[in-house]
Amino acid sequence: MATKALQIGKDARQQKGWLRAHKWLLLRRLSQLSVIALFVSGPLLGAWLIKGDMSSSRVLDTIPLTDAFVFLQTLFAMAPVEQTLLIGAAIVTVFYLIAGGRTYCAWVCPINMVTDGAESLRRKLNIKTRINLSRSNRSILLGAILLGSLFTGTLIYELVNPVTMFQRELVFGMGFSWAILFSIFIFDMFFSKRGWCGHLCPMGKFYSLPGKLSLLRVNASKRDQCNDCMECYVVCPEPQVIKPALKGAASETPVILSGDCTNCGQCIDVCAKDVFTLSHRFTTPITEKLESSQREVSL
Amino acid sequence: MNQQKMTRRDFVKTNAIAATATAAGITIPGIKETLAASTDKIRWDKAPCRFCGTGCSVLVGTQNGKIVATQGDPDAPVNRGLNCIKGYFLSKILYGQDRLTKPLLRKTNGKYDKNGEFTEVSWDEAFDVMAEKWKAALKKDMEANKGKPADQLTSTVGMFGSGQWTVFEGYAASKLYKAGFRSNHIDPNARHCMASAVGAFIRGFGSDEPMGCYDDMEHADAFVLWGSNMAEMHPILWTRITDTRLTKPGCEVHVLSTFEHRSFDLADNGMVFTPQTDLAILNYIANYIIQNKAYNKDFLDKHVNFTETVTDIGYGLRPEHELEKKAKNAGKGKLSKISFEEYAKSVEPYTLDYAHELSGVPREQLERLAKLYADPNKKIMSLWTMGFNQHTRGVWVNGLMYNVHLLTGKISQPGNGPFSLTGQPSACGTAREVGTFAHRLPADYVVKKKAHRDLAEKIWQLPEGTIPGKVGYHAVLQNRMLKDGKLNAYWVMCNNNMQAAPNMNEEGLPGYRNPANFIVVSDPYPTVTAMAADLILPTAMWTEKEGAYGNAERRTQFWRQQVNAPGEARSDLWQLMEFSKRFKMEEVWPEELLAEAPEYKGKTLFNVLYENGFVNQYKKQTVTDDRGNTYANSEMDAFGFYVQKGLFEEYRRFQFEGPKRGHELADFDTYHKTRGLRWPVIDGKETLWRYAEGYDPFVAKGEGFKFYGKADGRANIIAAPYEPPAESPDAEYDLWLSTGRVLEHWHSGSMTRRVPELYRAFPDAVIFMHPEDAKKRGLRRGMAAKVVSRRGEIEAMVETRGRNRPPEGLVFVPWFDAGRLINKVTLDATDPLSKETDYKKCAVKIVRV
Amino acid sequence: MSTPAQKNQQQRRQFLESMTRGAGALALFATGLSVLSRPARSLPAQALRPPGAAADDLDFQSACVRCGLCVRDCPYDTLRLATWVDDVAAGTPFFEARKIPCEMCEDIPCVKACPSGALDPALTNIDDSRMGLAVLIDQEACIAFQGLRCEVCFNICPVQGKAISLKRSHNVRTGKHALIIPEVHSDYCTGCGKCEHACILQEAAIKVMPIQLAKGEAGKHYRLGWEEKQKAGASLVTPDQQHQYNLPEGVIYDYEGEGLKPAPALQPANDDTPFKQSALDRLNQGFK
Repeated sequence: MATKALQIGKDARQQKGWLRAHKWLLLRRLSQLSVIALFVSGPLLGAWLIKGDMSSSRVLDTIPLTDAFVFLQTLFAMAPVEQTLLIGAAIVTVFYLIAGGRTYCAWVCPINMVTDGAESLRRKLNIKTRINLSRSNRSILLGAILLGSLFTGTLIYELVNPVTMFQRELVFGMGFSWAILFSIFIFDMFFSKRGWCGHLCPMGKFYSLPGKLSLLRVNASKRDQCNDCMECYVVCPEPQVIKPALKGAASETPVILSGDCTNCGQCIDVCAKDVFTLSHRFTTPITEKLESSQREVSL
Repeated sequence: MNQQKMTRRDFVKTNAIAATATAAGITIPGIKETLAASTDKIRWDKAPCRFCGTGCSVLVGTQNGKIVATQGDPDAPVNRGLNCIKGYFLSKILYGQDRLTKPLLRKTNGKYDKNGEFTEVSWDEAFDVMAEKWKAALKKDMEANKGKPADQLTSTVGMFGSGQWTVFEGYAASKLYKAGFRSNHIDPNARHCMASAVGAFIRGFGSDEPMGCYDDMEHADAFVLWGSNMAEMHPILWTRITDTRLTKPGCEVHVLSTFEHRSFDLADNGMVFTPQTDLAILNYIANYIIQNKAYNKDFLDKHVNFTETVTDIGYGLRPEHELEKKAKNAGKGKLSKISFEEYAKSVEPYTLDYAHELSGVPREQLERLAKLYADPNKKIMSLWTMGFNQHTRGVWVNGLMYNVHLLTGKISQPGNGPFSLTGQPSACGTAREVGTFAHRLPADYVVKKKAHRDLAEKIWQLPEGTIPGKVGYHAVLQNRMLKDGKLNAYWVMCNNNMQAAPNMNEEGLPGYRNPANFIVVSDPYPTVTAMAADLILPTAMWTEKEGAYGNAERRTQFWRQQVNAPGEARSDLWQLMEFSKRFKMEEVWPEELLAEAPEYKGKTLFNVLYENGFVNQYKKQTVTDDRGNTYANSEMDAFGFYVQKGLFEEYRRFQFEGPKRGHELADFDTYHKTRGLRWPVIDGKETLWRYAEGYDPFVAKGEGFKFYGKADGRANIIAAPYEPPAESPDAEYDLWLSTGRVLEHWHSGSMTRRVPELYRAFPDAVIFMHPEDAKKRGLRRGMAAKVVSRRGEIEAMVETRGRNRPPEGLVFVPWFDAGRLINKVTLDATDPLSKETDYKKCAVKIVRV
Repeated sequence: MSTPAQKNQQQRRQFLESMTRGAGALALFATGLSVLSRPARSLPAQALRPPGAAADDLDFQSACVRCGLCVRDCPYDTLRLATWVDDVAAGTPFFEARKIPCEMCEDIPCVKACPSGALDPALTNIDDSRMGLAVLIDQEACIAFQGLRCEVCFNICPVQGKAISLKRSHNVRTGKHALIIPEVHSDYCTGCGKCEHACILQEAAIKVMPIQLAKGEAGKHYRLGWEEKQKAGASLVTPDQQHQYNLPEGVIYDYEGEGLKPAPALQPANDDTPFKQSALDRLNQGFK
């Protein structure tokens, strides 16, 4: 079994070479680390390109950015709406409407590196987790948090939100969140496969909402090439999003339209047949293409 | 209840175990320590506070060789158990982390080098190098002085001493220099502090120090503060004035200053005047008194002479300075007799309008003040410190103050009198009384007068002509002479003059670092001055030695040595006396002088000055108190006799064997028993009010008053006009700068800034300025700004709120901060008579950083 | 191999199991959250909010997005963000006066930096800020009450004379000194904490606390008569009448002030006129 885990991606590596088989992973890590670097370059080097943390910040001391989830919580906590915050949240929302909602999870959020790490290690060591959480937990949590904010009048979730807390402590100096991070790592590795990002994190759930409408998408454009190796399902953090696009009826779009998709590109990397590409949501369904090509042929 | 029982039971148990163990000859670890901690009591003994001239008494708590606590002495008449915030932390000043414990010499490759790094050396090596430099200088001096009479002797060795020296230390230093090295170039830091008051006391009354005492504060009906922020600088005395103001119906407090400060909080009449115009205000008051015939004619007829002083006397700058060349009578202080009418005429121009115009104080406020002085039914105490003394006309302005009190006869009576406060614990007791000034000998005698030198030589058992007759270099002149290379072997002891002296950039630092000079600094801590030295000697402080201080009301207070100094630190007294052992008489005195005292041939300075048969007659003994405690005395151990007692008893001979009366102290042993006595002490009785019949034993029945410091028993009213300051703001340097102190720190902060609590309470010096002045320069509170003068600049934060509220056009910067040396900025203009620097007036600009 | 029915049942059981586990985990999480959020409801006594924060800390917590921009722009490193170990809502800014107090910058950079309005942008004069209230909490330890001269808290107060003033009174013990005692006035105290920071005692005797903790409030059922009179500018009811008393000669009774006191010596009445003679004398004077 352990050998089988090591097999994953082997075909892709052989076919495309190591670099291409890790292209999106490397790009993502670059993006995540750049974000961190941007935030810590101020306190560490005095280069204040961006000030604040990922909850809210100011770019070049002018452009405000606000985490839309945090902003939503302040709305529910009935705090008066401040213009700066609103503008910041609007900029961020627009960005994710274009780039894909949960692109935040895969490309920005530093926790992702931890949970990815836990997952790949779990896979390598072939550890079976025993807790099966429902993915709907995070929706329930999201609802509970917003209601909680409404009732308590405070950003109740921000007291424990490991994501913002870790981000904050990364920027403002170390605290307790390393322990939380470690717990998440252990939890994901030994207790629940992709437990945090895939099943619990309400923040990710929140970002899946704009994700439903967002422009940038993974497209199983060459799904006809699929050899059913199933490796994309293994590496995908949200495997349920693949099937409709990959195995959909010919009339159905090959674009992954689920808001849960994080645009992480692991499916692209792992696929030896280059079934997946990153494109936009308006790609014509394959059936149409087929039909038109058939038409051409018949002509 | 339960807990108490437990501890008692534990204690009994521990004791039992210990007893059993001892019987069995076993040591049980931990037991001894437990018992020691529980039985070692704190030993309490009295000592005066180490800081200002108020002279509060404290009880010092010692345990296991360390001062662990202090408390205000509840039986002390000055403070009745109270202390200010500095006194509260006395027990911590000895234990700064960077206490110096070894001599440090600048060295390169194991040899002394002026530009070398400070390296730890032994006392032997330190004194060897030091003596070599001194001997070289003395040799040069002896050659230069060949065949010269005593009043033309010159010298290239000098010393800068202190109003924080103990009485014994000041006396020993003065003797070492004036008799031993035959140099009058010894001056105390009191020159920066009290010299103007001294000058005016001598000119006015022929005897230094106030006629009244602190009891005036309960007897007076009104208080007038002239250039004194007592609320911060004399905190405990201020509570006495405050209490009188609170409890005595009709009591008034008038405060005059060039900026509003904490003392204005209590003021019924607070007046901010343009710098230097106090001269005009005082002359206006005199004029008002005369115009309204409010003067005490009887008193004037019997007890007062009228004189006038020479005018246009310059500003005590270097002689080549333009202002000095311009001055007609630079440095002159001659008095000539005038009549009452002539005096009245001299103050006539000082009308209310003129005083108002010059000073900027509203007319009704000036008039209220004048009326107060003129009111025969009001007893008035006038108080001042550095506002008067640090003044280019300091002696004049002190004198003008006396004029007002003499005109009305409000002097030398309970509640009536001018009272000059002091800033150092022994500015009076040591600096002034034992003759550590460049012109003085012990007990108000001066080097210029042959008869006085004769007296000193007699008491000191020296051949005639030993003591030089020329006045030595005063504080500011010493720095100039160091820079000019005319003073080459220089010892700075018990002060921080690099930080304290004016114009550090142009005068102080170049002088210390002049390659021709060797600078020795004795201090407990690495001060700014120590950093500029070539040799640093680690010094014992406060109760690490036996000592005596004299406070502002003539009260002499003693203390015993409570603890030993850390490491190899030694007291100033030990250093002076031990150093004197390095000199053979042949190396310091020329042959012809030694020929007059052949018995001194082959002897050392130590033999001649200290082991002279008188000083060392007081045998080594155990110092005890009446409670059976014993105390160390490091100097007695080192030299084999009761050094302090010997020096004190020899010093007392000046008070009894000379022609001058009225400075008598009680004998040594008495002072260890009392909470201080106010001199003159005659037949064991203190003197509260000098010159007044009944209160002063030297005033005969029927005389009423007698100012016996003067030959005819009359005090001098001295006419002096308003003259402008040395430097005033102009278009470029558009602000006045005044420097001063704050409550939390004492002087240069070398002690108080090492107490964490005091440091936190006021960490760094700030620029106190008017908010409008700040705004005009684009500054806000909390911003860094530069104070720039023609001489230098410093950077500090702007403070527009808080305790000092300067008017527009003036800034105030405290000088305690070694990190922000405001004396890089100040001007070395001095009173040409007292040679005291005017730290309260120079022109600066403030610019954004 | 199991039958489809068995498989179905097995699946259902698995589903139920996982649902139960999920719900359990959720419940645990919710409980943890509510426990953790408890300390956030009120601020601990030593924690102070930056200037412009709402008086009710819950209001502040509802608006603050925990971005730390105020912390970044604080020039004195006074502010810091709470971590889980602090008793303050995680991620929110606060300061402890004894560690680093607020320096009351005139331009209030922290408020300017705040994107969320949690620090009220309407605060433009730092003197109007109310970060907390100084309380002279231990009068036994404060050395001013013993007559010692300290006043460090007064001297360092940026709103000196208003927020902290000094009260002078007679020192009965010594008989000749005055007590000079600091008093805090909530009308002016901004709660910057400089006084607590500077207090020279081992443990500060003056402490700055969140206003809700520090401030008392009088009941509405009693008013201070003299203050009400001053506010109204006159007596609230008809002013008192002039009183008259039965008194021996040479004594007057001052109703408003000193009570019984000797009557002022009779001044010779200024009744000088040119007509002091009797009418007859005058008439008989004749013309001169």
